[in-house]
Amino acid sequence: MTSPILSVRDLERRYGDFIGCTDISFDVWPGEVVAIVGESGSGKTTLLNCISGRLERSSGSIQYHMRDGRFPDLADLSEAERRFLMRTDWGFVHQNPADGLRMRVSAGANVGERLMAIGDRHYGEIRDTATEWLGRVEIAGDRIDDKPVAFSGGMRQRLQIARNLVTRPRLIFMDEPTGGLDVSVQARVLDLLRGLVSDLGLAVVIVTHDLAVARLLSQRMIVMKNGRIVETGLTDRVLDDPHHPYTQLLVASILES
Amino acid sequence: MTLPEYNFAYLDEQTKRMIRRAILKGIAIPGYQVPFASREMPMPYGWGTGGVQVTAAILGPDDVLKVIDQGADDTTNAVSIRAFFAKTANVATTTKTADATVIQTRHRIPEAPLSAGQVIVYQVPIPEPLRFLEPRETETRVMHGLEEYGLIHVKLYEDIAQHGHIATTYAYPVKVEDRYVMDPSPIPKFDNPKMNGSPALQLFGAGREKRIYALPPFTHVVSLDFEDHPFQVQKFKQPCALCNATGVYLDEVVTDDRGGRMYVCSDTDHCETRRQDGHHGTGLPIAGQETVKEDAA
Amino acid sequence: MTVVIQETGNALLSVRQVAKSFTMHLRDGVILPVVNDVNFELFAGECVVLGGPSGVGKSSILRMVYGNYAIDSGEILIRDRTSGEARDLGAGDPRLVLDLRRDCIGYVSQFLRAVPRVSALDIVAEPLVSRGVDRAVAAEKAAGLLNRLHLPEALFDLPPATFSGGEKQRVNIARGFITDHPILLLDEPTASLDAANRDVVISMIQEKLDAGTAILGIFHDQPVRDAVATRTIDVSAFSARKAA
Repeated sequence: MTSPILSVRDLERRYGDFIGCTDISFDVWPGEVVAIVGESGSGKTTLLNCISGRLERSSGSIQYHMRDGRFPDLADLSEAERRFLMRTDWGFVHQNPADGLRMRVSAGANVGERLMAIGDRHYGEIRDTATEWLGRVEIAGDRIDDKPVAFSGGMRQRLQIARNLVTRPRLIFMDEPTGGLDVSVQARVLDLLRGLVSDLGLAVVIVTHDLAVARLLSQRMIVMKNGRIVETGLTDRVLDDPHHPYTQLLVASILES
Repeated sequence: MTLPEYNFAYLDEQTKRMIRRAILKGIAIPGYQVPFASREMPMPYGWGTGGVQVTAAILGPDDVLKVIDQGADDTTNAVSIRAFFAKTANVATTTKTADATVIQTRHRIPEAPLSAGQVIVYQVPIPEPLRFLEPRETETRVMHGLEEYGLIHVKLYEDIAQHGHIATTYAYPVKVEDRYVMDPSPIPKFDNPKMNGSPALQLFGAGREKRIYALPPFTHVVSLDFEDHPFQVQKFKQPCALCNATGVYLDEVVTDDRGGRMYVCSDTDHCETRRQDGHHGTGLPIAGQETVKEDAA
Repeated sequence: MTVVIQETGNALLSVRQVAKSFTMHLRDGVILPVVNDVNFELFAGECVVLGGPSGVGKSSILRMVYGNYAIDSGEILIRDRTSGEARDLGAGDPRLVLDLRRDCIGYVSQFLRAVPRVSALDIVAEPLVSRGVDRAVAAEKAAGLLNRLHLPEALFDLPPATFSGGEKQRVNIARGFITDHPILLLDEPTASLDAANRDVVISMIQEKLDAGTAILGIFHDQPVRDAVATRTIDVSAFSARKAA
């Protein structure tokens, strides 16, 4: 048994007097998928942005287990280290692929960018790696020189995933990764994510309002309401035996199919 | 009645000092874009307002000024800037590269090697090499600060993916002293190697963008590339039609409306000097007859 | 991390003074008691059948032992197959529950929860793959089990979403039986099977018992129960509703 890859304690984010999220403590372990669920305005996206270093926290600690074994608070890293972390050891999958892709450069360059950012300077090798990753997200190799503007929503999302995974990160943040997709396309993206997460042993923090997505992808769940955690536990336990009134309401609101 | 005269070299002394401070900072940090309080000049943006301000700030009464545009001393832009300083600073002007102490240029570096003591001032339209892919100035500044230059290779990657080779032929990005990525201004990449290790001081002024940057003499300047697609300069398949020079940058000149064309030195001073020295090429093509079979590579 | 070292004798599973109720917050906080003071043990090689009328809490007990339902009080001690220590799954530490599920407790639910786009063969092989078994080896073993349960080979590579109830249940059974978990929980595994496949399942259960697996199950099917049960626990005795 090792130690957590990410450790959050007493995290708070305020917007003036308004509470974005508060009293947040949890750990993420290597290879584990944690879902943060809640309705719009519950603070789940604020929380995700804080722990992924995209938003400043008001107080509390966020520690990350670096590859070199250190376990520093993210606030104690230099900006250079933090940004390096974000484009190598971390990934961030946005709900809207346009937020995570460069829409005006080719699919191959989108995937290759992180490699070039860490110093790869061999065009042929970068292209081979990009081709391989496009394959892993089920994008045909002959689309490598097409720009994402020519892709469907599902393809764009899969491209965004490939772009994030090419540096073999250990921790991925996802913000409603299937939220903007047609239902028919969602299943494919979810299944792909599920496979990649388990094959690569990724730790994932995924924000979703869709309990079916949480059940399919995550082992553990955090339920948020009004900026606070109201329930946490094993995903199937929380969904099949919800304890908090709000969780019961969420679970009761799912349409059975 | 006499009209009040211009201050020497048009700009007031405080402004020149401000620009000199920016230049010194630029020299101290080769390749780094130093912001400066660019002034309105009596010419439109895009006509060299940045270069003119830099020239005005460094010009002394004993300087000899040469101004070129696309390598030519006789284009409108070159002629008017030369006249501007002849009038406002009363400095000597020349078209001879070797005779000049200050050379202001747009789009070329002279063919004749520059020497110690000379200053070349580049007119720069867009100083930010990362802008093509990252429009946010706040972000590109951080990227320069943290030396995050993966993006610049994304552009080169796109070139190869689309054209099979790096198709960027001008404003080709360089890395300075293994630190800052710099836009060399829209000179042809043919001229990039001339920047490396040059004994002359190289100054860059962007008026609209309010940036100055510099390469002190003997600065290490490397054109970016991929291991398997190394940087290459343009090669021409024929010599200059007028002076028979090879290994120089040629312009294509259309000579009639029946497809006649010739390739001549873009550096007019270089070409004239050679012709005075007795070199001559094939001359004008006979009308209607193709003398040059292949285009420039 | 709760590591409880307790005296549990030889029992692989020891359920002690467990109580469970549901608080229905959407129904003005009505409390629905389920079971009270549940006490029993499960030993290697026995098949204990949970008996009693419908709604008495049999499935709930299986779910509690699997960590799917939280308990109000008491202990559910599972013997860790590697360390031999008894670990309290009832304490609800998610990571402990996941570890125990991976290594110690298998579960065949009443219904297969189909995952989109994942083939029947991969669903069956997955528990082995997650324990580090080579994908090809796991797939071969999965195919063997599905063959034995007479699932047509044409279906192996298809996702079970469109399968019939019986086909889905056979996939579910194969998935539960593919590992060598010391404890196996069976919730009506034969409910939607025909006689031939029911007999296959009976012989698979017997093989597990011979190998020393401890089985806790619910079998409404009398012939199956008669064939495999070594002991019956009447869950009515724990029913909180009767007492309430």
